[in-house]
Amino acid sequence: MAKLESKIPSGPLAQKWTKHKAEIKLVNPANKRKYEVIVVGAGLAGASAAASLAELGYGVKCFVFHDSPRRAHSIAAQGGINAAKNYQNDGDSVYRLFYDTIKGGDFRAREANVHRLAEVSVNIIDQCVAQGVPFAREYGGLLANRSFGGAQVSRTFYARGQTGQQLLLGAYSALSRMIGLGAVQMFTHSEMLDLVVVGGHAKGIIVRDLVTGEISRHAADAVVLATGGYGNVFNLSTYARNSNATAIWRAYKRGACFANPCFTQIHPTCIPVTGDYQSKLTLMSESLRNDGRIWVPKKPEDSKKNPSDIAEGDRDYYLERMYPAFGNLAPRDISSRAAKKVCDEGRGVGASGLGVYLDFSDAIKRLTEAGVRERYGNLFDIYHEITDENAYQVPMRIFPAVHYTMGGLWVDYNLMSNVPGLFVLGEANFSDHGANRLGASALMQGLADGYFVLPYTIADYLVGQKPAARPKTAAAEFQQAEDNVRGITARLLAVPGKEPISHFHKRLGKILWNGCGMARNATNLKKALQEIPALRAEFWQNVNVPGEDAALNQSLERAGRVADFLELAELLCVDALDRDESCGCHFREEHVDPEGECLRNDDQYAYAAAWEYQGEGQAPLLNKEPLVYETVHMAKRNYK
Amino acid sequence: MKVKLKVWRQMSANSAGGFKEYETPDLNSNMSFLEMLDVVNDELTIKGEEPIAFDHDCREGICGTCSLVINGKPHGPHRGVATCQTYMRNFSDGDVITVEPFRARSFPVIKDLIVDRSAFDRIMQVGGFISVRTGSACDANAVPVPKEAADLAMDAAACIGCGACVAACKNGSAMLFVSAKVSQFGLLPQGQPERDQRVLAMVKQMDAEGFGNCTNYYECSAVCPKLISHEFIARMNRDFLKATLRSAFTQAPTGASAAG
Repeated sequence: MAKLESKIPSGPLAQKWTKHKAEIKLVNPANKRKYEVIVVGAGLAGASAAASLAELGYGVKCFVFHDSPRRAHSIAAQGGINAAKNYQNDGDSVYRLFYDTIKGGDFRAREANVHRLAEVSVNIIDQCVAQGVPFAREYGGLLANRSFGGAQVSRTFYARGQTGQQLLLGAYSALSRMIGLGAVQMFTHSEMLDLVVVGGHAKGIIVRDLVTGEISRHAADAVVLATGGYGNVFNLSTYARNSNATAIWRAYKRGACFANPCFTQIHPTCIPVTGDYQSKLTLMSESLRNDGRIWVPKKPEDSKKNPSDIAEGDRDYYLERMYPAFGNLAPRDISSRAAKKVCDEGRGVGASGLGVYLDFSDAIKRLTEAGVRERYGNLFDIYHEITDENAYQVPMRIFPAVHYTMGGLWVDYNLMSNVPGLFVLGEANFSDHGANRLGASALMQGLADGYFVLPYTIADYLVGQKPAARPKTAAAEFQQAEDNVRGITARLLAVPGKEPISHFHKRLGKILWNGCGMARNATNLKKALQEIPALRAEFWQNVNVPGEDAALNQSLERAGRVADFLELAELLCVDALDRDESCGCHFREEHVDPEGECLRNDDQYAYAAAWEYQGEGQAPLLNKEPLVYETVHMAKRNYK
Repeated sequence: MKVKLKVWRQMSANSAGGFKEYETPDLNSNMSFLEMLDVVNDELTIKGEEPIAFDHDCREGICGTCSLVINGKPHGPHRGVATCQTYMRNFSDGDVITVEPFRARSFPVIKDLIVDRSAFDRIMQVGGFISVRTGSACDANAVPVPKEAADLAMDAAACIGCGACVAACKNGSAMLFVSAKVSQFGLLPQGQPERDQRVLAMVKQMDAEGFGNCTNYYECSAVCPKLISHEFIARMNRDFLKATLRSAFTQAPTGASAAG
């Protein structure tokens, strides 16, 4: 049984982080350089952590599978980043951002972590502006804001529709500076394939060089995983094609608990699926919901009509009707389910019937076409490229798609997993978003973890480790981990199968979408739990992985990742079946209130489910971290 | 629709490469160009041939990983979009499409259509930043930035670092890439203290990496998926000239007196 100590500081909520920072142990400057820290991933969380740790004087090695640390999928975040600056004078505060976030997560996140996130949000904006991030500004030269889902204030900072890109390039520039100074050793084209645990502590990783195929061992005093989410387990998602769960999954198999794996975000505004060949889905930023109005025809028989032929009175602006207080800015899980509901009623639009309109005609009347172009031009361009339709003239068609995973490796208040020395940041951990993430909060969390949390909290662990006492890579544990990696590669290449890897990934995605998607129930989950192991067995008998190990081999890379997805998918369904309540994104059809909304069961399920690996073929062990709310009352979410 | 591909195949950096022809299966015109390559690769896998190696990741035109010269043009036929946002509806049934890697002395081929663009990272590492230690920033609204300057800085900052500008240039010049970063910081008040050192260091590294010079053909901005303007090159040239002159008349900057 894993020991889950959340290490939440005592005292009033608003003082916990200040108190913790004052009490946390420090590593003296002369000793910092004797410690080496491995950072895996260079998205917002990884790059900001690697740069900040190096600035403090720690020796840092940073690993990415990309060709450059500027490519991570944080770059694709469009809309913005939240911060409780209250520059708009509209009543925002740290408490309000905290409360919106914890309510948005349907009271399944850890109170103290979320409050800390809201506190440091203001520092993030300062840091990024100083780095030269060109945020949108007003004519007076001060920063502009916009609104996002789940909030009634304007607290989102943005850089056109490319906020993630600009924040990531800011973190990349800080990282580049430290690489140039020799303070960070950067490894590109380097994929982590195993975690090395020595004496119960994370002390290294095994890496495959994706160009040469060479396997190498790297030892450190602590290991930081900032490897992003696992949404590609669904195959079709808004994730980058190469985003994967391998680093966190293999850490799970080394003892790190995986928390709330079933909390997966389905984003309401994506371009609908068109065919079986499709490799990814493209998001249309939630910021569009500031000015776009979502509707479907009132009558199913109108759904195939040209939208301009449907009279105003025959349109159902269902979000405005169902959630008048938040309207088109209702949170993502709620908006997605509402879209599913109207499509299930036969009122969906487009060839597949799986789509709703996002209409800008009112906004164009109000702001002119040029005004809409100024705010969202690049998004309209993307939409045009993909669909060949001009959204200034006809409404966009959108449908929900897998976008983010709130679940991830379990971490304590210091962002350390239950394996001492293993830290997990950003989307890869589970801590801040509960059962649903609000828009513009992922960028906030990634940068909070990397710039302003880990640089403090890692010291709390390192002071207990003797400087320069990390194990040598010749240790037996490194040998064993390397053998494990070589074994997986050899087995993948040896399968005498016929089908390409995509064949299995597509089928897995369909099983999960049907069994563990926007609506879940015990029957379908049990069915998925039959189908996934069967598909996994078929994969290991009939996958065709061409090429060799000692060279660049993209098929081999993907095969390893899909093999891990085939295992992770099962845990996702196990968790979803175990959580016999509805909360946030996790909508169990058995638990619905009279108005069709989520019915939580706080008496039995107010916990983080931290699953512990028990060995191949064994059922994982459920550890529960109770969610104790000291300040906030767990209320029913109401956006009406 | 079906098309015929002429694809550059090269086993490794040091082996000789050449074109190979492939007939595609029946395609849907709503497929992206990279999805078409996925389908071709699955077929090759089933036939026991090695799939075509190509770089890609986000597939929404922002990460800068994808490359490819399609029918002689980096990122394909459409203006202002990356290869990953190029759709088969831009081609016709029966077309012969030539697919090559980005070619430049400073971008050696790794395999097939994948090239090594790490030279860009090394240029960034010598000066593509504002030195601001985490935690040392002042309040974000303490320094107003004129909207025009912020907007123009954003135009430059939109660069995705894909390298198409280099691939399109007959000189293999990286000046569009470098000037975009130099201009972004040069336009903002936050970028002023290191303005001179930045442009001098980045240009020096650019030269050391073997990138050529700009001779004003503007092929770079024509193929840029983010339509970065070549006017930033002129801006960088002005910055470089001023910085060179200033550095000739002042002592090598040290410590706190380093402000330009």
